[in-house]
Amino acid sequence: MITAVVFAVVAVAIVVGLIVAFVTTTRARSRQLGLEEDAEGRVVEPEGRGGVNVEPEGRGGVIAPPAAEPPAAPSAAPPVEVPEAVRPALRDRLARSRRFLAGRVRDALGAGLDDDAWDDLEAALIQADTGVGTATAVVSEVRAEARAAGVTDVDGIRTLMAQRLLARFAADAPRALTIGPPPSVWLVVGVNGTGKTTTIGKIAADQAARGRRVVMAAADTFRAAADEQLEAWARRAGAELVKHRPGADPGAVAFDALAHARARGHDLLIVDTAGRLHTKVPLMDELAKIRRVVEKEGRVDEVLLVLDATAGQNGLAQARSFAAATGVTGVVLTKLDGTAKGGIAVAVEQELGIPIKLIGVGEGLGDLEPFEPRRFVEALLG
Amino acid sequence: MFDSLSSRFDDIFTRLRNRGRLSDKQVDEVLREIRLALLEADVSLRVVKAFVADVRERAQGAEIHKSLSPAQQVIKIVNEALIGVLGGEAKGLVPVDAPPRVILMAGLQGSGKTTAAAKLAKHLRGKGRRPLLAACDLRRPAATSQLQLLGEQAGVPVHAEPGATDAPAVARRALEEAHAENLTDVIVDTSGRMHVDPELMAELGAVARAVEPHETLLVCDAMTGQDAVNVAEAFLEEVEVTGVVLTKLDGDARGGAALSMSYVTGCPVKFAGVGEKLDDLEPFHPDRMASRILGMGDVLTLIEKAEEAFEADQARRLEERLRKAEFTFEDFLEQMQAVKKMGPLSQVLGMLPGMGKLPIGDANLDATMPRVEAIIRSMTPRERNDPSILNGSRRARIARGSGTSVQEVNRLIKQFEQVRKLMRQMSGGKGRARAVPGLRLPPGIGS
Ligand SMILES: Nc1nc2c(ncn2[C@@H]2O[C@H](COP(=O)(O)OP(=O)(O)OP(=O)(O)O)[C@@H](O)[C@H]2O)c(=O)[nH]1
Ligand SMILES: [Mg+2]
Repeated sequence: MITAVVFAVVAVAIVVGLIVAFVTTTRARSRQLGLEEDAEGRVVEPEGRGGVNVEPEGRGGVIAPPAAEPPAAPSAAPPVEVPEAVRPALRDRLARSRRFLAGRVRDALGAGLDDDAWDDLEAALIQADTGVGTATAVVSEVRAEARAAGVTDVDGIRTLMAQRLLARFAADAPRALTIGPPPSVWLVVGVNGTGKTTTIGKIAADQAARGRRVVMAAADTFRAAADEQLEAWARRAGAELVKHRPGADPGAVAFDALAHARARGHDLLIVDTAGRLHTKVPLMDELAKIRRVVEKEGRVDEVLLVLDATAGQNGLAQARSFAAATGVTGVVLTKLDGTAKGGIAVAVEQELGIPIKLIGVGEGLGDLEPFEPRRFVEALLG
Repeated sequence: MFDSLSSRFDDIFTRLRNRGRLSDKQVDEVLREIRLALLEADVSLRVVKAFVADVRERAQGAEIHKSLSPAQQVIKIVNEALIGVLGGEAKGLVPVDAPPRVILMAGLQGSGKTTAAAKLAKHLRGKGRRPLLAACDLRRPAATSQLQLLGEQAGVPVHAEPGATDAPAVARRALEEAHAENLTDVIVDTSGRMHVDPELMAELGAVARAVEPHETLLVCDAMTGQDAVNVAEAFLEEVEVTGVVLTKLDGDARGGAALSMSYVTGCPVKFAGVGEKLDDLEPFHPDRMASRILGMGDVLTLIEKAEEAFEADQARRLEERLRKAEFTFEDFLEQMQAVKKMGPLSQVLGMLPGMGKLPIGDANLDATMPRVEAIIRSMTPRERNDPSILNGSRRARIARGSGTSVQEVNRLIKQFEQVRKLMRQMSGGKGRARAVPGLRLPPGIGS
């Protein structure tokens, strides 16, 4: 039976919801149009832009018709030697940060396999950012198996845990990057600051080392100095760069870069995009539009989502939204050189079926590695 | 998205409602749910454990309030403890006697230091101060240019030495410039660094020693996961953290890292970044953040207040309307009057689960309410009961009558239609309140 108070609360929700929607659309529109708001939060609309349904897409769409802005001369520069601190091998770095779980298993088993011990194992997975759901599921599977098989020793439990985690990564998932007949186009997307631009530098260097001719598109026309940053990476990686001026339409940059790649016979075009929160609808639409524009004349072979291993449970929501907007083909998990374990990758692959393809393990040109589920799980367990 | 805490409480509430005292077992039961909610919000496990233990102690020693149900009591304690850890009242920057005040920005790669530095500079400039930005991220390509561009946008001078490699030296010279120019603040942007990178952590320490900051702000991405504790501890070892800046709060991350960071550093979160524009920096509100981390809003207060504000038959009439999907502006106007009785809308908003993460920023909800009301009151009764007759000339008249713009009138009508659509969906379904997005009710009260 539904009582009256439910509806009272519903009414509250309706009132608040409507007012909030009213306020936020006002704000969103004024942000996009660059309008001023007066003290009461009212939009002051400038002359000549009073149209009711002006809904420009994304940021910067207002500035500079791209056709009138020829791409800056692509700057092909010889690879530059990057001074790099001597870095310890990945294995060491991973080991340093991941030893704890082995200790956990031992601690847990030291006291015998009681409920607390299993709780501790679950806690260890949670601390690796797998999320409570995955952690609980893995532990209860292992628990059942251990009971059935009579496993009580540290190594045995550890092996079972590794198996259960590994089972969450598809054995036959395509983890290599797809490169079709030239020019192949790869889009790189993700929320702000996850490592998109850096990853592009690393990927370009790797591809160049395989003898491919690479061009980058500076389609992040929003963040201050984003093109300059990408340019530095292009120089380091020995790739060319196509850019427009700041604020230009990102789709147009990608489009021109594609034409450039085709004209010069390049094998691969990598498109850098502005970081954006996955909750911002106009910005996600903008991303979908970039893809559509490229596909008018070309073929997008990869859409790589860059996820920060430091991030927690929100990674799953990010992956879901970006996949819906652009059809993500693979994930790059960055910043695994810290102590964060990137456990959310388990859920991303298992729940969304998006393969993890690469990992970032530092800020140098060479700090990019293929994702290997077995090593990842091993590292996760210590 | 994960289930909100309030939905997890469904069972517990049903069992606990109307029972007198809170037994240890009941406290444990609620706390287990709190623990899960905190973990799902990315609060680091160690902090969760410490926090829950603390709450348990307080709950056991707490006076029994007659007016609160047992579960309400625990949640009240949890909420207060959360707010306490996050820093209580919103806190500003430390005042200094002799300017310039030195503010050091520190944090991991990609956490948003440079943007936060520029926002802070603009914020200070807006308050009549004369800040200087110091570009001491000498590692990331184009970081200096980025800060220079942002400084230009903010109308704040930037001390930059393109090509320099000695961050402490650059910071020191920036400070000298601030002294010479009689500036009031120096905001030092530094490279993002991994907390396990000894060389870079040492460099940060050197920068700090070079300028002896009054304020060291640890910049933390709201999406940060379990690692937040390790990060906070490592930075604490190198510099004297005085506050946290939580960035990218305009997304949908629950932001548990804020709690981890505050807990470990013992420092309040001072500012929140809520967008990419330079104005998108807000003073941090611990109370709002507490609800957001718990993912529940203040459902209990909400229910109580709603119970008071709505007459029983009024609610029943609404029920009928909802079932038939016949909701009109007239009904809406009536509801607005009731909601007004519940207090300022911004406060009511905070009570609604899931609403806390709406991107309202500092928009003034309470100033908007009268505008909406004016629009509706400028409609004729016929129009209120049948919005479909609202053509262009009627809308123009309403805009004139209410002193608003046609755009606003259009927007309100459009949103109203969306609400009606939602209602039709609800009445088509099981007719449960759950169909309202972001709103979940403990069924002890609902069904
Ligand atoms: N330690 C470490 N740092 C990384 C890694 N990948 C990127 N970074 C750093 O993270 C920071 C942000 O990287 P960017 O490449 O600028 O990130 P982005 O996603 O392009 O950022 P926006 O374009 O601003 O959204 C930089 O300081 C990078 O050096 C990694 O694998 N490990
Ligand atoms: Mg970038």
